[in-house]
Amino acid sequence: MLDELRDLYQEVILDHGKKPRNFRRPESFTKEAVGNNPMCGDALVIYLSLDDAGTITDVAFQGQGCAISVASASMMTEILTGKTKEQAEVLFHVFHQLCTGEEPSDNELGSIDEDALERLQMLSGVREFPMRVKCATLAWHTMDAAVKGENEISTE
Amino acid sequence: MNATVTQMTAGSNSTQAFDVESIRREFPILAEQVYGKPLVYLDSGASAQKPRQVIDAMQYVYEKQYANVHRGVHYMSQHTTEAYEEARRKVQRFLNAASENEIVFTRSATEAINLVANSYGRTFLKAGDEVIVSHMEHHANIVPWQLLRDHIGIELKVVPVLDDGSLDMEAYKGLLSEKTKIVAMTHISNALGSIVPIAEVINLAHDAGAVTLVDGCQAAPHTAIDVQSLDADFYVFAPHKTYGPTGVGVLYGKEDLLNSMPPWQGGGDMISSVSFEKTTYQKAPLRFEAGTPSITEAIGLGAALDFMTAIGMDAIAAHEEGLLHYATERLSAIDGLHIIGTAKDKAAIVSFVMDQAHPHDIGTIIDRAGIAIRTGHHCAEPVMKRFGVAATARASFGLYNTTAEVDALANALEGVKELFG
Repeated sequence: MLDELRDLYQEVILDHGKKPRNFRRPESFTKEAVGNNPMCGDALVIYLSLDDAGTITDVAFQGQGCAISVASASMMTEILTGKTKEQAEVLFHVFHQLCTGEEPSDNELGSIDEDALERLQMLSGVREFPMRVKCATLAWHTMDAAVKGENEISTE
Repeated sequence: MNATVTQMTAGSNSTQAFDVESIRREFPILAEQVYGKPLVYLDSGASAQKPRQVIDAMQYVYEKQYANVHRGVHYMSQHTTEAYEEARRKVQRFLNAASENEIVFTRSATEAINLVANSYGRTFLKAGDEVIVSHMEHHANIVPWQLLRDHIGIELKVVPVLDDGSLDMEAYKGLLSEKTKIVAMTHISNALGSIVPIAEVINLAHDAGAVTLVDGCQAAPHTAIDVQSLDADFYVFAPHKTYGPTGVGVLYGKEDLLNSMPPWQGGGDMISSVSFEKTTYQKAPLRFEAGTPSITEAIGLGAALDFMTAIGMDAIAAHEEGLLHYATERLSAIDGLHIIGTAKDKAAIVSFVMDQAHPHDIGTIIDRAGIAIRTGHHCAEPVMKRFGVAATARASFGLYNTTAEVDALANALEGVKELFG
C-alpha cells in the first residue's frame, strides 16, 4: 500500500473511524447543528454544551460517513472539550488552513496546545486528496454553525 | 476502425471474438497513466471516454467545415447544416425511429426530460392527473416531475423495487389507472444496473391510456434500441455516455406527439414567422431547437454512433455481459463485500459496499492504483435509501474494458481490506 495512503489512513484515524468517541446524543445540550455533504451523502449532527462562561463542557455527535469524516468528528469532540468558543473558532480556522495547504499565522499556532495541533496535523493529511477535504472539515463546519446558532449547513 | 468484430453469443470468451485490445487503441485517453499506473477506467456509467473517430470528427468541423446551421446561403453554412442533419439521421437509424423529424437535439438528456415535462406535461396534464416513476430513477427523471407537480398539482406515484433490484411489476400494475397520464421510467438503473422490462412497462401504460417516457441513458451504450418495436412515446439518451461529446442530448418523440406540443423555449430557428402580433412555429424537431444548437457536438455524436454500430450493438452487449459475469464472480468472492442490485437481468454495472470501508474510502484508496470508480449516491438517493445505504461504490463497464481490469479492481479491493484490517 502506498505511503501517501498510509499518511491519510493513519492508525489513529482508522481507530477513530471504527470506534468513534462521543458518538451519542446527550440528554441535554445547549446547541446542535446538522451537517450534510450532499455530494456524498455524509450527514452528521453535532451536539454542544456550553457553560455560562462560554466554555465547551461536552461535544458529541451522531451520523454516518466515511472513515475520514467520522474520525475527524470523533477527534474533534476530544479536542474541543474544555476549550472556549473563541479557542474552538481558532482551532477550526487553523485546521481549515492546514487542510487546504495554507500557512496558519504564528499567532494562531502559538495559541493552540501541542496535543491538539498534533491531532489536527494528523487529520490534515487529507490535503493531498483534494476531493476529501470536505470529509475532514464537515464536522468542524457543523460545529462552527452550532456555535453561531445556525442549525443546518451544507458543504457542497 | 480496424477492430476485428465477429458476432458472438453471451458467455463465450469475449476477448477472442471481440478484439478489445484493438478497440482500446482507438481511445487515446486509455494510454494515459494516473499516479504512474495505467488508467483503469470503470466509470463509463457516469461518462464514457471518446474514440479517436469522435475527436477527429469534431476537430474536422472546427478546422474544415464550420458555420451556423439553417441560416446562411453560403457554402460553409450549407455543408455544416448537411452534416448536422446527417447526424440527426444517424440517431434516427440508431434508435430505429420512423422519421428523422422525431429526433430532437437538446443540450443534455436532463434537458430532454425537462422539455417533455414542461411542454407536454403543462399542456396535457391537469391537477389530479398522475405521473408514474420507479423507485430507482436518476434524479433527472424525478425532479422535473416534482416541478410539474408543484406547478399544476399532479400526483407523483412511485413503483417500488424488489429486494434484488428489479422492478415490482405487480405493484406497477396496481398503480396504473385512468388517472395515469405519463409513465416515466428508466430502461436500465444507473445505480443498480437492473434492466427494466420496458416493453411490458410501455404496453401496460398504453393499455391504461398513458404516454411513456423512457430514460435510456444507461441503455443506449449497452444494447440495441428499437423505439418502434418498443412503441415508446418518448425516449431520451445522453450522447456523452455513448462515447460521444457532452453538451448535446437526444429526445426521441413520436412525430404526431411532438407536433401537438407547444415550444418550450423561444428563439431563433424554431419559428416559421415572427411579428409582434403573432408568431408561428416550425414543426418538430426544429420547434424544440431554439437558438444555435450544439452543432459540433451533434456531429460528434453521429461519429460515436457510427463507431458503436460498426462494432455492433449485439457484440458490445455480449462483451459487456461477459465482463459483468466475471466482475460479479470476482467481487462476490471478496470477504465482506456486498453487491447491491442482483437482478437477473442486469447491465454491466456493479454497485457494492464493503463491511471494512466506506465507499469514499474505497474510491480514494483504489484511485491510487489508477482505478476510477464512482462513489456516492449516483444521483439516485431514493433507491440508495431503499437499500439502506447512503452511498455505494460503483464499477460501470464500457466496450473498452477487459477482464484484466476486473482483476485489477478485485486486487485493489483486497488492498482496501488490508489497509482497514
